[in-house]
Amino acid sequence: MDTEKKQQESTKEKGGSILTLPLSRKKFLVFSGLSVVGIGLGIAAQGCSNDQVVSTPPTGTDLGSGDLGILNYAYALEQLEAAFYIKVTSSFYTGATNEETTILTSIRDHEIAHRDFFKAALGTSAIPDLEVDFSTINFTNRQSVLTTAKTFEDLGVSAYNGAGYYIQDAGYLLLAGKIVSVEARHAAAIRDLLNPRSSDFAGNDVVDPSTGLDKQRKPSEVLPLADPYIKTIITANNLP
Amino acid sequence: MNLENIFNKISSSDKKKFSRRDALKNGSMKGLAGIAASIPILGATGMKKVFANTSSDSIIDILNFALTLEYLESSFYQKGLTTNPNLIPAGDRNVFTQIANHEGAHVIVLRDTITALGGSPVVSPVFDFTASGTYADVFSNYQTFLTLSQSFEDTGVRAYKGQAAGLIANDAVLTAALQIHSVEARHASEVRRIRGQKGWISLTDSGGAPAAIYVREDNTIQGGIDVRTITTVSTIAITEAFDETLTKDEVLAIAGPFIVS
Repeated sequence: MDTEKKQQESTKEKGGSILTLPLSRKKFLVFSGLSVVGIGLGIAAQGCSNDQVVSTPPTGTDLGSGDLGILNYAYALEQLEAAFYIKVTSSFYTGATNEETTILTSIRDHEIAHRDFFKAALGTSAIPDLEVDFSTINFTNRQSVLTTAKTFEDLGVSAYNGAGYYIQDAGYLLLAGKIVSVEARHAAAIRDLLNPRSSDFAGNDVVDPSTGLDKQRKPSEVLPLADPYIKTIITANNLP
Repeated sequence: MNLENIFNKISSSDKKKFSRRDALKNGSMKGLAGIAASIPILGATGMKKVFANTSSDSIIDILNFALTLEYLESSFYQKGLTTNPNLIPAGDRNVFTQIANHEGAHVIVLRDTITALGGSPVVSPVFDFTASGTYADVFSNYQTFLTLSQSFEDTGVRAYKGQAAGLIANDAVLTAALQIHSVEARHASEVRRIRGQKGWISLTDSGGAPAAIYVREDNTIQGGIDVRTITTVSTIAITEAFDETLTKDEVLAIAGPFIVS
């Protein structure tokens, strides 16, 4: 619980600037010399113990380490999104327009495709199906649904943006890139439904107006924000 | 109006607003440039040997390529907002003002980063947004303007994605490039929807934009997996769910008709 509290506090510090990024395992690998390359990711991760959160014995589902850990992290977020939109589209909120049902159904299908893709790609390394908790969402209310959708999409964008540099494999990086732009398309569409034809589709709350950069968050910042919607206990003890 | 002058104006005014020195003074150094400057060792070239990637371009070359696209976008929107006050309906002006501001900021961030990495930012090309008359009414017909806007945004998304692997050796630059990439995707979604299109790309549907921008968007094989075989959603939805890359050559071929010199 203490760690959780700390994590939540650290997210309040606004992880906007890339300057705050810690020295990553990738860099550790690089600076420790060429000889390290070729040794498995797991060993490299062990070598860089400064990065690791010690303490907290894993009590739930741990996402794992290295690229597989990041893929499981993405898989967890996609599971959450898919479950949300499946519920949204199973019985639309009061007054949903045709445009809204079309968009939300499309997004549902994209998130299912992402979810199923990660499950297949991870194979036996995949974390189990997550149990979600949507008790705080009023699915009959437009504002509640769209605001939650906005939260999930923006969170997804920042998560992929912030995870990219932890990915060692160029192929996985590319896959994350192929997905994150679709999440950003979703985010803009949802934001436009909430606040049509305004600057909100790429609002100053998510895109820093002085740099034109979208948000990025590391897993330890994203997971506490996703946590209220996930019943299954997830730990990311081996992720940044 | 001379486009280069417009650019110089944008650059100098933005520089005033966002210079690194000011940012440092304010204690809020933001953006790629500050980062690259603060960790110059990241610019070291030896890393490429460690993380071999398919692209042989240096990071600076990639950033100059991105800068050229940002010049194109920034110039396009500045012109759209200023040349003809009746072009963009009042109800959509906030959208394009926001996009223009982002593209202008991207220009500054990329220029500063290239400089911080020891490179020289390319100067802005001179653009012809009519593409020698193909889009003769680009700044008098809103639909034409929207078509090119969608073209440039979707191209931008695919172009950045295509270069990501080439930036894998530099965490700060890669992260910032991803942060620009998702903003271009937000723009693309909004513009597409203003046009009455879906916010995402279905198969190779170009919606009236040049077909070359949408090649391979009907791909269903991701990471060696044919996604059609492992999910229940439609093929169209699968192609929408994954944006594809464009190579630098493909992007330059798309942008070429708009570049005079």
